[in-house]
Amino acid sequence: MTIDAAIATNRFGLGARPGDLNDIGDPQRWLRKQLDKPAKLPADLAALGSSETVLAEILALRRERNEMRKAGEQTVNKYAQTVRKHYAAQVLARYRAAATAEQPFRERLVHFFSNHFAVSADKQPMPAIAGLFEQEAIRPYVAGRFVDMLIAVEQHPAMLTYLDNQRSMGPNSRAGKAAARRAPDRNLGLNENLAREILELHTLGVDGGYSQSDVTSFAKVITGWSVAADRDAQRDRNAKIGSFYFRANMHEPGAQRVVGNRYAQDGLEQGVAVLKDLARHPSTARHLATKLARHFVADEPPAEVVADLTDTWLDSDGDLKAVLTTLIEHDASWQVDQQKYKSPHEYVISTFRALNHAPDRAPMVFAMLEQLGQAPYRPGSPAGWPDTAADWGSADALYKRIEWAGAVGGVVGTSAKPLTLARAILGHSLSAATTKAIAGAASTEQGLTLLFASPDFLRR
Amino acid sequence: MLSRRRLLQSTLATCAIGPGLSLANAATDRRFLMLILRGAADGLALLPPYAEPGYAKLRGELAIAAPGRSDGAHKIDGTFGLHPAFDWLAQRFADGQALGVHAVASPYRERSHFDGQDALENGTATALGRRDGWLNRAIAPLGGKLGDEVAIALGTSTPLILRGDQSVANWAPSRLPGADDDTLARLARLYEKDEFLHMRLAQAMQSQAIADDAGTMSTRRRGNAQAQFRQTMIQAGNFLATEDGPRIAVVDSGGWDTHANQGGANGGLANRFRGLDQGLAAFQSTLGDAWQSALILVVTEFGRTVRVNGTRGTDHGTAGAALLVGGNVDGGRVIADWPGLNESALYQGRDLYPTTDLRALCKGVVTEHLGLDPAIVDRSVFPDSGNVKPLTGLTRRRYS
Repeated sequence: MTIDAAIATNRFGLGARPGDLNDIGDPQRWLRKQLDKPAKLPADLAALGSSETVLAEILALRRERNEMRKAGEQTVNKYAQTVRKHYAAQVLARYRAAATAEQPFRERLVHFFSNHFAVSADKQPMPAIAGLFEQEAIRPYVAGRFVDMLIAVEQHPAMLTYLDNQRSMGPNSRAGKAAARRAPDRNLGLNENLAREILELHTLGVDGGYSQSDVTSFAKVITGWSVAADRDAQRDRNAKIGSFYFRANMHEPGAQRVVGNRYAQDGLEQGVAVLKDLARHPSTARHLATKLARHFVADEPPAEVVADLTDTWLDSDGDLKAVLTTLIEHDASWQVDQQKYKSPHEYVISTFRALNHAPDRAPMVFAMLEQLGQAPYRPGSPAGWPDTAADWGSADALYKRIEWAGAVGGVVGTSAKPLTLARAILGHSLSAATTKAIAGAASTEQGLTLLFASPDFLRR
Repeated sequence: MLSRRRLLQSTLATCAIGPGLSLANAATDRRFLMLILRGAADGLALLPPYAEPGYAKLRGELAIAAPGRSDGAHKIDGTFGLHPAFDWLAQRFADGQALGVHAVASPYRERSHFDGQDALENGTATALGRRDGWLNRAIAPLGGKLGDEVAIALGTSTPLILRGDQSVANWAPSRLPGADDDTLARLARLYEKDEFLHMRLAQAMQSQAIADDAGTMSTRRRGNAQAQFRQTMIQAGNFLATEDGPRIAVVDSGGWDTHANQGGANGGLANRFRGLDQGLAAFQSTLGDAWQSALILVVTEFGRTVRVNGTRGTDHGTAGAALLVGGNVDGGRVIADWPGLNESALYQGRDLYPTTDLRALCKGVVTEHLGLDPAIVDRSVFPDSGNVKPLTGLTRRRYS
C-alpha cells in the first residue's frame, strides 16, 4: 500500500493531467476535500437549462408533429431535430466538464451514480433529458445522504418516463375505476416496471429479499407519481408541465405491505416512506457497498472492503460522505497493482485529461465513445453499464482503443513529448517496459500511441 | 486474397504468439448462429396461438388476427401462426427450414431481465449458477484454442454465453483509422508479460484479417438500429462463410422490452420483428452454399404477461417462444406441449405456463447439429440437467 498521487488521480479521479501529481499535495486530503463542498458548476453545464423547460418544449413539438401527420401534411421533424440538439449539448457539456474538472473524484461519483440510476437514451425522449437528469437528480447528492438522491431520482420526470410509471394507475383509484367503466375490456392500470427496478437495481439488489407481491404492492404505492402534462396544468394551477406531478386521482387508495412493513400513509407520502426505509435497508447498504468497492478497488471486491463500507452505511444511515471516507481511508484502495481495466468512458476522458484537451465538438465525442463501445447515456437498459474487465476487455474493444490511441494525438493537436507526458501522468505506475517502448518509438506519434495503449494507461 | 494485415498477423504469430495461427480447423463443417433477443421478446406475438379461445380475449388490442383475416398471421398449423411482419421467415416455414418451439422457458423462474439472461447464458437455473457460458463449454470438444477460435461474438464485448475457458474471438465494425503494422508489432512485444492484453491483441488481429478479406470495413454505413442489426448479421454471415473461419457466432439484439405501446400487427414490436426478419434474410444470402449446413437458434430470456398491462404493453412473464431457422432445420412446424390460456392454466395466474425446458431445445441443437456427446452435454454443458431430455428430430442431417 502506498498513498500515492498517481493512484489518487487515476484510480479515484478521472486521470491525471500534466502537473497534477505535483500539485495535489496529500492524496487522501485532496480526495476528502472534494467531498466537503462542490466547486462552482462549469459554465457549459449551467447553460443547459432545466428538464422542465426542455420537456415542455419537446412535448409541444411532439404534439405538433403528430397533429400534422394526422392531417397528412408533410413535416420537417422538428421534434427529432430538437431532441438531437439537446442530446448533443448535454453530451458535450458532460465530457468537457470531465476533461477539465478540478474535483475529478467528485465528478467520477456523478458518473457512477448516474450509471447506477441509468436512464438509457435509446428510448424517447431520454436523449433530450438524460444529461439534465444527471444534473438535477444526481450531482447535488453524491456526497450527501443516499435517501435524498433516491427520492430525487424516483421523482424525476426522466426516470418516471423511462420506466413507464407516468401512466400507471391503481385499479381502485378514481381514474382507474372510470377507465374500467369506459373500456371494460381494456386492462388499463398498473405498470410494475419502475417498482421492480427500484427494488432490483436501485436499492435492495436482486437477491435483496423481496417477492413478486412486494413488486406489485410497491407499484400500487407509487401510482400517481407522474409528469405534468397539458391536462394537469389545465386542472391544477400548481402543475408545471414537464415536472414531477402527483396525480391523486390515479393513486391506489389504502395501505400496502412492502418488504415486511405496512404503509398506511395517504397519497404521495406513502411512496416517500417506502423509499426512506429502502435507503437504510441492510440489503441496500450491501448492494451499494459492493458496487462502490467493485468500481474503486477490484472487479471481485475484497470482502473486508464491502463489509466496512456496509457497516459505515448502516452506522451513518446512508451518509455517502461517511461511506466514501471509509473507502478513501481503506488500505485496499491504495494497492499498487492496477486492478481496474478502464471502461471506454473512463479511457476517453483520461486521454483528454492527459492531453489537457477540452473537447469542443459533440459529434467527435459521440462517435469516439460509440466506436469504443459506450455511447454516452446509452447503456441500453436500466441496469446501466457493467463495471468489470470481462465486460470491457474484449479483443475487438482493445483493437479499437489502439486505433483511437493512434488517432487521438492528431485529433486534439498536441505537442506533448511522449516520455515526459508518460512520467507526468503515470508517476510511479509507469512500468519499465512501457518506458522502454515509448523511449524506443520511431516517432512522437507512435510514442503517444504506445503510451495510450500501454497496460499502465489502460488500467487504473 | 491474402490481405496485408493477415500477412502481418501470421508474422506476428510466429514471432510473438507462437505457431499455429491457422484459423478454426474445427471438427465440424456445420454453421451455428446463436441469436439472443434481449429484453424478453413476446412469444405470444411472435408465434400467436390464434386458434386458442383465450388468446384474443386476454390479448385484447394486441392480439394478432387469424390467418386469412386482414393483418392476420402467417399460418403454420391449425393452432399457431407467425407474426405478419415476417415475410422471409414465413417462406422458411413454408419450405420446412424454420421451426417454432412454444411455451418454452429456461429453468429461471423470477422476472429480472439481467438474472434471466445470465441464467439463459450460463445454462443453469440461476444467475450465479455458473460464471461461464454454456456455449463456451459446448465448444470445448470442437477446439477453442488461442489462434484457433471456433466461435466469435459479434459486438464490442463478449456476452456471458461465450465467456469461459475456451478462447473465443469477437469483432465489431470500426470507423476509426487503422493502426499501423509497426505499432501493432511493438504493442505485441509490450504486452508480452501481460497475458490478458496479449491474448486479446492476437485475437483482434485475426478477426481483423477476416473482416479485411471480406472487404466490409469500408462498406458499412451508419444507420438506425434495424440497419445496424442487418449489417451485423451480414458480417456474421461473412465470418461463418469463410472457409477457415469460425463456425459458431453469437449475435445480440436489444430493445424487446415492450412495456408500453407494444402494438399488434403494426407498431413498435412489429417493426422490430420486420428488422429481425430482414436480418435473418441477409444472413442467409451472405452465407451462400453454407446455408445448407446452417442452423440459427433464436432465444430470449423469458416471455411476457398474457394480459395487456395498463400502458398498452406487456410485463415480464415466464414461458415464451424460440425459433430454429436454417438449411439443416427439419421444420415447417411448431413443437409445443401447449398448456392453453385458460385462467387456471396460466402460471401464477398471469403468464404462459412453461411446459418445455429451453435447455431441452439447446441440448437437442448441440447434439444433433454440432455432434456433441450427450453424456458431456448432461455433465458439463448444462450441469445437473440429466433429467431434461433433449428435443429430438430438430435437424435434417444429424450426428446423433
